[in-house]
Amino acid sequence: MKAIVTVMLKNGVLDPQGKAIGQALATLGFAGVGEVRVGKRIELDLAETDPAKAREAAEAMARALLANLVIESFSVEIV
Amino acid sequence: MQAAIVVFPGINRERDMAIALELATGHKPRMVWHKETTLDGIDLVVLPGGFSYGDYLRCGAMAAHSPIMAEVKRHAARGGYVMGVCNGFQIITEAGLLPGALLRNAGLRFLSMDCHLRVERADTAFTGHYQQGQTFRVPMAHGDGNYTASTEDLDRLEGEGLVAFRYAEPSGALTTAANRNGSARNIAGIFSPNLRVLGLMPHPEDLVDPLMGGTDGKPLFDGLAAALAA
Repeated sequence: MKAIVTVMLKNGVLDPQGKAIGQALATLGFAGVGEVRVGKRIELDLAETDPAKAREAAEAMARALLANLVIESFSVEIV
Repeated sequence: MQAAIVVFPGINRERDMAIALELATGHKPRMVWHKETTLDGIDLVVLPGGFSYGDYLRCGAMAAHSPIMAEVKRHAARGGYVMGVCNGFQIITEAGLLPGALLRNAGLRFLSMDCHLRVERADTAFTGHYQQGQTFRVPMAHGDGNYTASTEDLDRLEGEGLVAFRYAEPSGALTTAANRNGSARNIAGIFSPNLRVLGLMPHPEDLVDPLMGGTDGKPLFDGLAAALAA
């Protein structure tokens, strides 16, 4: 089964990449774009077949390595 | 003082660091491959700058889990000295030896230029050959040097006197203009509570010989050699 870990900068942490992308979109003429935030999507193929255990494992991986909880938050989706 | 420099794949400042340490101590530091697991007989462990593991995932994130890092943590726990410069500072924060994290520079640009650091305290092994409050010129070269930490951690670092260096004007004034990467409270380097672990973004090892354009970084290494002479 597959776990999708999404890692984003925490709310309140300045995201200069998102800001630059927002400015570029405005330059291209796309109106009405508010805040832009950039993150990472990490897909894990897991041998685990139990969704609850797979989620638990992916969350442990996110805490240990995939996300830096000082500046980032993460969410896990099991598919 | 016996120093060791940890060599991770992708770093590129280990030879500069070796030159600076040899100038100060009179002998070559030990180069330790990241897959080694012992640091016996080592007084000071240095994590140099560069791009360990190509900055995959986050700067320093991969190196922080290299085999040698368990021993670096034990060395620190025993009261050993550790210094991380640039990527080494990122590795140290990723490994949890110092609080906070280094974000992308506020202006998004890779900054390769000289800056000035203000010495926040001179009663440590790392800063003993500087004067408190003095500034010195030092090169920096990084894309992710924007120091951040929780408000509580920042208050604690300042309250306990654990800020080592701040980005400043040559006069010592702390300005936004001098703080090119956007670091919280102009912080360029921090100490552990026992003052034996130092992490900083700029490169004092690259200004230790007149041939390099100056010797402003040399007191850091001379101070370490004097403090750890035994």
